[in-house]
Amino acid sequence: MLTTLAARRSGRITRAGISPARVGAVIGRNVGALRSGPSYWVVLVSGFFEPLLYLLSIGVGVGALVGDLTVGGRTMSYAAFVAPAMLAVSAMSGALAETTFNVFFKIKYAKTYEAVLATPVRPMEIAFGELAWATVRGSLYTGIFLGVMVALGLASVGGALAAFPATVLVSLAFGAVGLAISTLMRGWQDFDLLTTGQFALFLFSGTFSPVHNYPAWMEVLIQVTPLYHAVELVRGLCLGTYELGLVGHAAYLIAMVTAGLWFAARRMERLLCR
Amino acid sequence: MAMGTVHPSIAVLERHLTLYRRLWRASVFSSFVLPVLFVVSIGIGVGGYIGSVQGVDYLSWIVPGVVASTAFQMAVGESTYSVLGDFKWVRAYHAMRATPVRPNDIVTGHLLYLLFRVTTAVLAFLIVVLLFGALHSPWTVAVPLVCALLTVAAAAPVMAFAASIESDSHFALLFRFVVIPSSLFSGVFFPVEQLPALVRPVAYVSPLWHAVELCRSATLGVAPPWPVAAHVGCLLLWAVAGTVLAAYRFRRRLED
Amino acid sequence: MIFARDLVKRFGDFTAVKGIDVEVAPGEAFGFLGPNGAGKSSTMRMISCVSAPTSGELRILGMDPVRDGTKIRARLGVCPQLDNLDPDLSVRENLTTYARYFGLSRAEGRRRADELLEFVQLSDRAGSMVEPLSGGMKRRLTIARAMINEPDIVLLDEPTTGLDPQARHLLWERLFRLKQRGTTLVLTTHYMDEAEQLCDRLVVMDGGKIVAEGSPRSLIETYSTAEVVELRFPDGLDFNADYAAKLGGIGERVDPLPDRVLLYADDGDAAVAEVQRRGLVPSSVLVRRSTLEDVFLHLTGRTLVD
Repeated sequence: MLTTLAARRSGRITRAGISPARVGAVIGRNVGALRSGPSYWVVLVSGFFEPLLYLLSIGVGVGALVGDLTVGGRTMSYAAFVAPAMLAVSAMSGALAETTFNVFFKIKYAKTYEAVLATPVRPMEIAFGELAWATVRGSLYTGIFLGVMVALGLASVGGALAAFPATVLVSLAFGAVGLAISTLMRGWQDFDLLTTGQFALFLFSGTFSPVHNYPAWMEVLIQVTPLYHAVELVRGLCLGTYELGLVGHAAYLIAMVTAGLWFAARRMERLLCR
Repeated sequence: MAMGTVHPSIAVLERHLTLYRRLWRASVFSSFVLPVLFVVSIGIGVGGYIGSVQGVDYLSWIVPGVVASTAFQMAVGESTYSVLGDFKWVRAYHAMRATPVRPNDIVTGHLLYLLFRVTTAVLAFLIVVLLFGALHSPWTVAVPLVCALLTVAAAAPVMAFAASIESDSHFALLFRFVVIPSSLFSGVFFPVEQLPALVRPVAYVSPLWHAVELCRSATLGVAPPWPVAAHVGCLLLWAVAGTVLAAYRFRRRLED
Repeated sequence: MIFARDLVKRFGDFTAVKGIDVEVAPGEAFGFLGPNGAGKSSTMRMISCVSAPTSGELRILGMDPVRDGTKIRARLGVCPQLDNLDPDLSVRENLTTYARYFGLSRAEGRRRADELLEFVQLSDRAGSMVEPLSGGMKRRLTIARAMINEPDIVLLDEPTTGLDPQARHLLWERLFRLKQRGTTLVLTTHYMDEAEQLCDRLVVMDGGKIVAEGSPRSLIETYSTAEVVELRFPDGLDFNADYAAKLGGIGERVDPLPDRVLLYADDGDAAVAEVQRRGLVPSSVLVRRSTLEDVFLHLTGRTLVD
């Protein structure tokens, strides 16, 4: 009883400031969970295979049926067109998996945060900690994936190096939005909706065919959605087509980070500090 | 006691249906809207760059593959977390075990439920793609039957797996290393002949490949690569072996 | 109703039940009393035909649980230790769904569900989901579910463990009514008061064996005195054994516990007077009637619940 009181009081005092050490503690908990069992490791590492398999199946398999593709005056193999998109998708799904599914589980069932919040750690710090972890996980995937692309001749070394920071930004953006979404989840059935939404983005964000092939209204609709900007940014950097539009795509992603974090922290405060 | 008015496996099916009544709205997306989106994106979007495959337009070629792969993913998906959950968290199977319901009935009831789910999704999907003009033969009526067989062939072994594990993190591995590769390399998107010769036998083992070929031959009205009996035989083998194994694992787990 | 002779249950090297003899008559409320790990739950699982005995003879309703398990289960009602209600079904659906497992028609299932909800006082929650119910309500619902097939025997594995006192009393009252209707009850518990309240007859189990058998009253009479005096001494935590030595000869028996000294005597007040006459000054004195707790302490040398 006394300890909870004391913890509450010190929590209130430090509410205003965000301590990097406590953000680190939230990350540390995730790393600790990693160490606790081999299965989570395997799950984590194997997450990278999914986009690779898609690349091999659609990029190479279907690519053999498609032949070469000409986009914006440049001709490339279908695999080279699809690979950067898979990279962006990989960053998105890695970050979303960590921030939606896992965070929701921790809020609702494991009550991890209630235990964490009994200590001086504040909701905003939890949000930063989870986001940082999601980004590390997402960047791990994209780093390996870029290596594979270079090895398969689908990107130059320079292109890969230029694209990597962009994939980190994509992870951050979807991680922040994922945090916000996780605070809105009512139950597992909502994950069906989320997965559906994610999959629809995956199918239509210029991943498998250039967006200008779609009717004009669909093209406009797609350009509003986030994965489109992630794909275009990563593809532009991978292929070395530097143009002003890339700045716009990056700005969109930065806006996602800010809005997602702001919303998530507010909601977490309300959810956890009742 | 008024006994015997309903078979225990039907009673188990009814429980699943009662639960489903609360959740069906969300499932309409994953089981029906997604495959349609898939057809639009890959079949029409990517298909625009592809002339024809094995003599037909890409949309018509891919549709039967997507039907079978939808049935496959649904059958597997509904046999993982929910089955483990009924053992571990909800303990609904333990509740059933205290009644005249036997482990065999639990397995049968679950499979009956999956058949209902898959068949309704497949029928809805077929109606939509009919409007796209992607079905070319009256043999299409055989597609729901093939998908039903595939459902048991895919779900039963997964149920046995779910009954044998303690942690749900195994499922992520199942999806990554079995379900997704199967969906991507079982002739759904491109002919398996394109696969390296070394990998091809793996596709031949997969129940999904057999179902894809049977569905494709049905919607296009052509002969499948292997004799029909061989494809059906492989699916039956998976279904029977899987069901026997699942019943065994369920009995073991509920015994202790 | 239940007949067991030399019943044994082994899990690998571990023997949970080491050869017990039990007989339960129709209409009786029978209890297995003992601490955690005494073998109560293993015995219950064998009786509910979920786990097969390793050796020995077991007959339930005159049938063999291994061969006729399904037939026996049709006539049992089981209320497990861990609630396994369906959280995604409503209160009423939990009962109607369960009724179907017993092959009841839908109409009959609905009729019995409403009747049982009335009985366990949950009618006003019929349409609610299970999740928001309190622990006591969930347990009552589980008991209602166990009665949906109008069973000949109801098995209750620690029916009130984890419930607050008010919920326990409500539950006991409902179970008592059930007993009055002539239903055979078999329950396990590690609560003395529960066993005294509900059981006509009970066995005390410890380490997989039965160490005593009888009605609560007869067990107390056999293994304890009419009254017990509880003495606490200011410095008793370290010196209770010394005090016990000084109390020798008072009453029938003296038992030093870590926190108090127990004096077993048929006349508690007389014993207290004798304590004072010897010049001992306890910080608190309590004279009470003997309970099953004392019986258990006497039989095993350990307290049941700490």
